[in-house]
Amino acid sequence: MELIVATSVGAMTAAGVYLILRLRAFPVILGLALLSYAVNVFIFASGRLSVNLPPILKYGDASYTDPLPQALVLTAIVISFGMTAVLVMIAIGAFLETGTDKVDIERGDEDEEEPVK
Amino acid sequence: MTHWIIAPVILPALLAPIIGYVMRYDILIARIASIVGTIGLVAIAAGLFASAAPGETFVYRLGNWPAPFGIVLVLDRLSALMVMLTSVLALIVLVHAVATNWDQKGLHFHALFQFQLMGISGAFLTGDVFNLFVFFEVLLIASYGLMIHSGGRERMRAGLQYVIMNLAGSTLFLFALGTLYASTGTLNIADLAVRLREIPVEDAAIVRVAAMLLMIVFAVKAALFPVQFWLPGTYANAPAPVAALFAIMTKVGAYAIIRVHTIVFGPDIPATGDMAGLWLFAAAIVTVGIGAFGVLGARRLMPLIAFSVLGSMGTLMLAISAFTPGATTAALYYLVHSTFAAAALFLIADLVVTRRPGDTLTTLPATVQNGLFAALFFGAAIGMAGMPPLSGFLGKLFVLDNLRDPAEIGWAWTAILVGSLFTIVGFARAGSALFWKSTAFVLPENVISEDEEKEEVPITRDPAKAWEVAPTMAAIGMLAALSIFAGPAARYFELTADQLFDRNAYVSAVLENPDGLKPYPDDHHGEEDAAYDEDAAEHDDDGSAKDGGH
Repeated sequence: MELIVATSVGAMTAAGVYLILRLRAFPVILGLALLSYAVNVFIFASGRLSVNLPPILKYGDASYTDPLPQALVLTAIVISFGMTAVLVMIAIGAFLETGTDKVDIERGDEDEEEPVK
Repeated sequence: MTHWIIAPVILPALLAPIIGYVMRYDILIARIASIVGTIGLVAIAAGLFASAAPGETFVYRLGNWPAPFGIVLVLDRLSALMVMLTSVLALIVLVHAVATNWDQKGLHFHALFQFQLMGISGAFLTGDVFNLFVFFEVLLIASYGLMIHSGGRERMRAGLQYVIMNLAGSTLFLFALGTLYASTGTLNIADLAVRLREIPVEDAAIVRVAAMLLMIVFAVKAALFPVQFWLPGTYANAPAPVAALFAIMTKVGAYAIIRVHTIVFGPDIPATGDMAGLWLFAAAIVTVGIGAFGVLGARRLMPLIAFSVLGSMGTLMLAISAFTPGATTAALYYLVHSTFAAAALFLIADLVVTRRPGDTLTTLPATVQNGLFAALFFGAAIGMAGMPPLSGFLGKLFVLDNLRDPAEIGWAWTAILVGSLFTIVGFARAGSALFWKSTAFVLPENVISEDEEKEEVPITRDPAKAWEVAPTMAAIGMLAALSIFAGPAARYFELTADQLFDRNAYVSAVLENPDGLKPYPDDHHGEEDAAYDEDAAEHDDDGSAKDGGH
């Protein structure tokens, strides 16, 4: 269980970082999405992993799973979803304005790329 | 009194959607609503400032849940000061944006502006690190909209880089919070302070990772080396009033470092020690250097100002990195000063740049009102560079005076003094190219027409009206006031720093609930673990009794 969660967080983070370093708009967006998935699973695991336990402490139950990370993850999911939507719109706007999906172009490069007609 | 603490968040939060939905087609009503709302915010902030000044720490419990379980807003001298600073700066910037018609060059300027104020006020008031993340996101998503306001190639591209940089930063923030929660089991700042004191040094590796991750996140916001590279491009390409408002955004990062790394990860906590200060010190030195060289090397006016902002953040962080009450007093003085200095520079730059073809630092024929603009630029520039008589001089002197640790003094004094010299040279060069040489310069006719064809933004040739210049003068006036009333201001900042370093007062104000419920015993030492164990044992007993019954 721990191994699976840890490996998946690590793999998604690695893939996310790799995609962000591609520095073209679409891979960067996918990379940020992967990173946010990784961090969501990570936060979920920060309340300790436990299987088949209620998130509410009732009298009589000796153990329960921590409900707070679940609330945190919900907030994080909503925020990252909204942010991804904004990023997609801004990336489209930047593509239409500059005619390239490169993220890191410097001032000097701009004349070499032909704007989209 | 109590409910007023949340007013700086509620007022812009209610106003923004009303402006965005109801007043979207009528710029006049939107302007009136936005300005009236911001004046209201200044009034609320002044009220909070006055009630926090005697030194009491007010706590607002959302939903009236007791402290470590619910979210709290905390009003102390520091947060009242920051909200006050935000609202005054916002009013100055808003009047400038309205007077120069920046708010009409794209949609929803006023709605985004109010959302931005909501996020900034909330970030200053919150007493919970996850809530801090949420308010960071609110202020960031509004700043994305403001950053690309009115569009254009350069701006969209810089905006995309800014958004990506900050989204990566937000993800890192979440990783830091997850790590912190996994190691302490809480995200309330006061509760974290209590728990972290009890973590022994040998088990503190994960906490140290969380502390450093948080510091990187705040350093991204505060534009500290090595994550400073987004700032020059963003500030140089943002609309000038937005760049002036962003002067407070870097201070949000600085505030978060002051708050979290004094109360939670302070130098006297065995788990983290003075690790934060050491890293901050080195990063700040390099940041001052980058700012200074950037100012010297800039070929355009807006990047030049952006690099001077970077240098001032480095100086501010040098003062913060000492983590002593004296140095924090100096840091707060310099923080207030550099906010208004940066805003004044961006606002005067906007007045000049819209009257020239572009913002390159080449000599062109003088614009209208060359003398007035030159005087304002001179005032703002000596404020930023740290020359007397404005508050930059006192602020830097104050910072130098508090960095007397023999291990630090050589690096810190050299960086600040040489950095200031470079900044003065850079501003002198820019000023003479823009204002002085231009009076004796006649451009051949054909070059003018070519330049005008290239230029996308129409150039204003009208002289600036009084109310277009007034916000810039107000910002420089704040610098003058800060140097005239340096004594009372410094005393207030000293009290603020003392309150900040009185960790027990903060913790007990937040955690001791009015209904007598105390999550921890009075002395905050280790007994709660025993209490929890007892509870657990009781439940175990219940459980086993039941099991026995079956």
